Parts: sequence; structure tokens; C-alpha cells
Amino acid sequence: MSRIKSPLERGRGVYGDYSILKQVQTVMPELGLKREEIVFISGIGCSSRFPYYMETFGMHSIHGRATAIASGLKATRPELSVWIVTGDGDALSIGGNHLIHLLRRNFDVNVLMFNNEIYGLTKGQYSPTSPLGKVAKSTPMGSVDHPFNPLALCLGADSTFVARAMDRDPVHLREVLKRANAHKGTSMVEIYQNCNVFNDGAFEVFTEKGTKKLNTLFVEQGKPLLFGENGNKGIKLDGFKPVVIDMADASANDLWIHDEKDQVKANILVRFFDNATTEGALPRPFGVFYQEDRFSYEKAFNMQIQEAIAQKGKGDLDSLIRGKNTWTI
Amino acid sequence: MTTEIKSNVVILFAGDSGDGIQLTGSQFTNTAALYGNDISTFPNFPAEIRAPQGTIAGVSGFQLHFGSVEIFTAGDACDVLVVMNAAALKANLKQLKPGGIIIANTDGFDAKNLKLAKYPDGVNPLKDNSLEKYKVYEIDVTKITRTALEGSGLGTKEMDRSKNMFVLGYIYWMYNRSLDNSIEFLKEQFKKRPELLDANIKVLKAGFNYGDTVETPMNRYEVKPAPVVKGTYRSIMGNQAAALGLIAATEKAGLTLFYGTYPITPASDILHELSKHKNFGVKTFQAEDEIAAITSAIGASFGGALGITASSGPGIALKGEAIGLALMLELPLVIVNIQRGGPSTGLPTKTEQADLMQAIYGRNGEAPVPVVSASTPSDCFEMAFEACRLAIEFMTPVFFLSDGYIANGSEPWKFPTAADLPELKVSFAKNNLKEGEKFLPYKRNEKLAREWAIPGTKGLEHRVGGIEKENETGNISYDPDNHEFMVKIRQEKVDNIANYIPLQTIDNGNEKGKLLILGWGSTYGSIKTAVREAIAEGHDVSHAHVKYMNPLPKNLGEIIKNFDKVMIPEINNGQLIKIIRDKFLVDAKGLNKIKGMPFTSAEIKDKIAEMLNS
Repeated sequence: MSRIKSPLERGRGVYGDYSILKQVQTVMPELGLKREEIVFISGIGCSSRFPYYMETFGMHSIHGRATAIASGLKATRPELSVWIVTGDGDALSIGGNHLIHLLRRNFDVNVLMFNNEIYGLTKGQYSPTSPLGKVAKSTPMGSVDHPFNPLALCLGADSTFVARAMDRDPVHLREVLKRANAHKGTSMVEIYQNCNVFNDGAFEVFTEKGTKKLNTLFVEQGKPLLFGENGNKGIKLDGFKPVVIDMADASANDLWIHDEKDQVKANILVRFFDNATTEGALPRPFGVFYQEDRFSYEKAFNMQIQEAIAQKGKGDLDSLIRGKNTWTI
Repeated sequence: MTTEIKSNVVILFAGDSGDGIQLTGSQFTNTAALYGNDISTFPNFPAEIRAPQGTIAGVSGFQLHFGSVEIFTAGDACDVLVVMNAAALKANLKQLKPGGIIIANTDGFDAKNLKLAKYPDGVNPLKDNSLEKYKVYEIDVTKITRTALEGSGLGTKEMDRSKNMFVLGYIYWMYNRSLDNSIEFLKEQFKKRPELLDANIKVLKAGFNYGDTVETPMNRYEVKPAPVVKGTYRSIMGNQAAALGLIAATEKAGLTLFYGTYPITPASDILHELSKHKNFGVKTFQAEDEIAAITSAIGASFGGALGITASSGPGIALKGEAIGLALMLELPLVIVNIQRGGPSTGLPTKTEQADLMQAIYGRNGEAPVPVVSASTPSDCFEMAFEACRLAIEFMTPVFFLSDGYIANGSEPWKFPTAADLPELKVSFAKNNLKEGEKFLPYKRNEKLAREWAIPGTKGLEHRVGGIEKENETGNISYDPDNHEFMVKIRQEKVDNIANYIPLQTIDNGNEKGKLLILGWGSTYGSIKTAVREAIAEGHDVSHAHVKYMNPLPKNLGEIIKNFDKVMIPEINNGQLIKIIRDKFLVDAKGLNKIKGMPFTSAEIKDKIAEMLNS
């Protein structure tokens, strides 16, 4: 590594990035992949120095384009395990276009999007996920931008795997990373990440002991949606409307059972996006919200090559150059 | 009726963009080429897909120049102007030589069409003697076509679609050509529509027979085969040649061709051509935008394929940052720019050479990129191949420049065999590290190229990126001395390519003399014709045509110094001229045309005379 201190290590306290790095480094050897077949590709931003800390192949590219670079790599080298490391600005602002197209094409790659709701590397401007009214360097009177709901956007782009984790829950994060790796298609993992310099405490209501249980919901396949102290609260569906119920007055049979194959429910789940301070707010969900098996782009892409060879035979350069009509003088 | 021998003829087919003009032109081209004529073509499309019918904006043209002599351009002015409607006449009459032939479809000169073509009320150029100095043949193509197809069961609309076949048949009669090649083409085209095949052949023959049966005396002409170099030829368009060159290079290198692109005029035909050849392992990726097009290609190159991206000026502008990334990563990448009129959206369907500066200098930072250019349609094959060679050999992004004129133009091509093409050696880095030794991704060979170490190679795991890197290790470095060193070595790497490209030659004329015409790109044919004629008339003028734009050939400075004067014709406001003046401190003079059209050879000849007389 370079002699420059990285933004991951530098400064006061421990950045959320560092915690995520630790979990990724821990999980990687457990995935049964060969080190030389792993590639980390990042864009620009605090998240994006990441490849330099992995002793795999890696590219620290340009702002917003890691998704597109990974597409070309995966299209030509389908056997590689490709990981994209990006942030809320990199993936949703400058790289928003490539992200949605990556998702609809469903390349078999993993996207780790570190969301800290701020532009950290440029020192504190609001990002596309910053809440409305965010006071930042560029918005002294508060931001007037309506924020993105990133995972709703991803489902809108027909993402086949949508999950959320947080830097401060390493055990859960590792589980989600393993699921992402196992999914054959684009795995979209949003990771809430605290920027303790420019946006400290953005997610503390979800991460701190005192408030976490009341404000977070960890979903598990086939299990009812329960949260709160000792699971004293649950979610039921009233038509398409999710409602918080007190488990003292309800039976577990009334509850919404998580089914990550159900796209309609996943769409409702990712729309749990209330400001935690508002009265009757729905908890913020974490875990794998949606998983679908769909043909990956590179599979179809390379099958066409095989089909073309089967139909026409392997290309012969001489007959290609000659073409159909020639004349001799 | 007599048959007159002609050494060369220029025909301009013009009509509404729905009249099948391009097809008519390309059919005649193929037939003439098969017959052995030398030929050059220039299609001229309207910008809009379906501009209002009958208007001047909707006129589509196809100019072709064929002869029993060597042909280098599509011709300055035409001998025969075929017009399907009044707008086509109005738009193209100035292209017709005095005494030239007009073949007019009278049905396209009714009141409605005259109005759409903006002729004043009551004025019909076919009736008011304004065309006196030309030979005008009026034919009611629509009526004859419909008559020929009576009882075919086709509707009028479908019948009228074969009008172009009547014209083609008639022109075949005029120039004594066989219908066989076009009949074969129609059979292929209408394999699944036998009723349309019959109709088209019937109308084609009707056109041919019309010449024999019509009462008005009409001349026939003979243009004998050209004394070109013996060999086997095919007809080729520039974009098609570029596509084949890219495939040939990757085949010779044993690499996968990955083509990341976003559709844009006039580059899209390369995508269309490449996508037909998936059985060569060609991977075409239609990206979501220009930036994804190039960055996906960079990703492919990182993985060990040859990443290629293509666009035209506006798209190239969007790729700028990524080109910088590719040169920092020092990965092979080919960037194809089929230039068109600019700036901004400019003139999408018209030709221009105005992106030379953009290719050589158009990036942030000190960002040298090798640039090559093609001179003729078939030269696109050779120079696309060269761009790939340089990219692979020197681990660098390389620009290949062509333009709308040669991209869509065609010429006969004495094509090479696969065995004639040079082998391109690629050796991915192998793990030869000793115990405890670290891989140095930015260690350079004698060509200053780094190794291509691709994912999957155990022990060579490394990181690359757009941030400045330390020499050899590739680690991030903000060290001031290191940055200056790296900027200089990247420049030196590109400059050093001059040792691995052919020396500049004189295309025509003496090695020393009064006047050198220095051209590049698609002006080749016009300059060649002009200089040839000027030399034949006894003038002291020479022609050199640059194909390696950056770095320039090592001996170019010597060549320039051997002439009293240098003139640089360009389809732009003066770009190569700035580079030549900068590099060689020579007072070169420019000849610039910025009309979306190629030079006529007469324009260049006039300038030659002016410079020799001053």
C-alpha cells in the first residue's frame, strides 16, 4: 500500500468504512474463492479506496463508473468473482445511470454501496440520500433535494437481489455478504455507514443500543416481521398497508411473514423509509428483502457466441475479408 | 442510337429519402465493380430519418464515379443526374456539368412536389426551358412502373416502392450492364416475399427494356474495365473495413474483441457489422451511454480482452475522462472516432475532420494518446488493424480516426489474405516471481510498455487506478518528483512509438521541390487527383499523406524541409496545420473547407496554382 494514510484509517475514531473492510476481509476466505479470481472495482469517494486494502486484483477507477467497468470485465471473464465498492454519491449521483442498467442486465456481480448520506471526500456536501433539509457545507439553509430511497430505486430497476446491512452490526453484515456472494445475478447491498467527520450519527438511531431495537427490523426468510424489545412489536399487512401492532394484543398468525421471493412485498418493505423520530414510524428494515433467480447477462451474452459458432462454424478470417462478391482482374 | 466510349462517368442518384436511392446507388456500384471498373462512391443522406416528403431537406443522394481509368474520388461534378422529384433537382442541379444528362421522373414534378421544392407558383423547370443547357430525359417512372405491375395483385403503394428498380434498370441499359448481379441481390433480399421479388425483377427489366423501345433517341455509353493492379477485389465501405480490421487484429492477436459502444451517426454501422460476426467470438455491448461504452471496454481490457469503443465527436467528448483513466492504467484500448460536422450535435450526417485536436490533446492533464487515421474506405481496414497493434504492443489507448465521407464511401479493395497480415504477439504476464519478490505492475520493457497481468494469474494480484502512481510499484504516490517523472515517461512512451511505425512516404511527385501538399484522412482522393493532374500539366508539386498523426513519422520534418512551400488542405478550420507549424516551425498554408462536404479536386488544384504563382 501507499505511504499515504487512507481515509479509512486517518483521523479521529473509527470510520464505518473500516468496519466494513474488516467484515469483507473476514468473509472473503470463507467463500471458497481463489484470491486471484477475485476483483474489486471501485469508483471515487471515501468508499473507493477499498480495493487497495484487498490483496486481490483491483481497480480504483473514476467517479461513478465502477459498475460499467465491472460490466465489461464480467462480460468477458464470467468466471471471475467481481465486487463493486461504491458510495451514495458514486452510485446514485454521478453513476446513477450505470447502476440501474447494471441491475436490469443482471450481471453476476456484487455491489457494496456504502451509504453515509454525505459527500465525505469533498468534505461535507449533501448527497442524493441526505434527508430533506440537510444542513451541509453547500446547503447552509438546508437541502431542498428530495432524497433517493436507494433500494426502492433498485427494485424499480428490476434488481434480482436487494439487501441492507449496517457497519455497526458485523455479524449481520457478514451474513448478508455471504448471501450476496451466493446469489447468481447482481447483488445489491446497501450498507449504512457512519461518517464520523462529516455526518456523525446519521444512523445512530438504528445502530445505538438504546434505540436500535425499537427502530430496526431484521427480516429473515419465512419468519414473521417482529421487532422491539424481545420482539414485542410486529408488522401486519392491512391490504397493502403495513401496520405496526403490539404483540400483547395480537397473535403471530396475523403477522407478515417475510418472503424474499415476493416482489410486491419487497417493494413495500423497501418503502419502510420513515423518519425514525416521527410518531408511529415504521422500523427501518435490514436483511435480504428480495431475491430472484434470473438469467445473468454474461450467460446470455456468451451463449449467443456459442450459438453463432454452432450455426455458422468458427469464424474464418479469410472468408470474412473476402465477403460474398469478389472479382478477379 | 450510338454507343459512345467514356473513360469515366459520375452519376448522382437523388430523390426523396424514401425512394430507395442508397440501394439504387450501391447496386450500380457493385455491378460496375464486378465488371472491372475502378469506382468511388459518396452517399449523402438527409439528417432526419424521415424529413417531410418532397422537401429539399428530405433529399437523399448517392454519387458514384466509375471509370476505365483509376478513380480516387466520387467526382467533383456529375455527368448524369437522376432526380426522382423536383426537390432532388433543385438541391443537386449545381452539381451537374454543363451539357450533362438529367433523367427526371415526371411524376415527381406535379404541382404538389413543385410547391414542396419551393419553386414559384406556375414554374416547372422541366417546362420553362431553364434546363436548356442540359440533355433532359423525362420519364414517368411511376406510371410505367404501375403499368408493368398490372395484375400483380400489389397495391399502388407497394408497386411504387419498386420505382427505384426501374431507374436502376434504365441506367444499366444506358451503360450496357448486365442485370444478373442485381437479380441475385433481389433474390436474397426477398427470399420470403416471392411476390415482391417478381415485382422488383419485372420493374428492373422494364427499366432496361425502356431504353430499347422508347422512341426518343438516347445514347448508350461504354466504360471499359480499368487497368488496375491484377488481383482479386471486393467492394468495401469504410465502416465495414474498420470492423473487419478490428476483427482481423484480434484474431491475429488471439484476443477476444470486446466492443462497447453507444449508437451514434456515423459510427453505428461498425457496431452493426461487428454484431454479425459473433462466431469470431466478437462481443458487442450496446451500453447505456458513451461513458459506459468506453468504461466497459476498459473493464474488458483489464480482464485480458481487447477493449474497443467507437463514437463520433459528441460521444468522444463524453469519453474524455475515461480515456485518461485508460492511459493511467496503461491498458490497451482502441477508440474509434468516425468524425462528423461539429461542434455539439453539429451536422450528424455530414463529414468533417475537426476532431484531430480533440484526439491528440482533448483531455485533462498531460495525457498523450497515439492517433492514427485512415485515408480511404479500404484504408480503414489497415489503420484499424494498426490501432489495435499499437494498443497491444504499447499498452495504451489509441485513437483511430475516420470520417463520415470514407465511413460511408466505398471503393474496390484488393483485399489481403489472413496470412498476409502481420502476427500480433500478446503475452500476458506470468508469475516468475522468486520467493519474497513483489510483482511490479508498472515495470516497463524496452518499449516502455508495462506487462499485461490479468485477473486469474496467481501471485500477480495488484491494484491499478486513476490516481498518480509510483514508478514500477504502481502504488498511489503524491510525491512531486515522482509525478513529474511519470508524466514524462508516459509522454516518452508515446513519442517512442515513432520508432515502430513506417516512415512517411511521398505519395506522388518529387522528394524535393516547390510545393508539398500535406494531407491527412479522407482528403486523400481529392488531393491525389489534383496533384496528379497538376504534375501531368508540368507543375512542381508533390503529395504526402499522413496516417500516423501522433506521434508523427520521424522523417516528416525532413520531408517538409525539402520543399519551398507547404500547403495543408483540411475539412476543418485548420488543425493539422497548427501541429505542423508547432513541431516544425514551418510557414505552412492552409486550404480549409467547412461545409460538411469533401474537397473537389478542382478546389485543391486551384489552390496549387495560386501557391505556385505567388
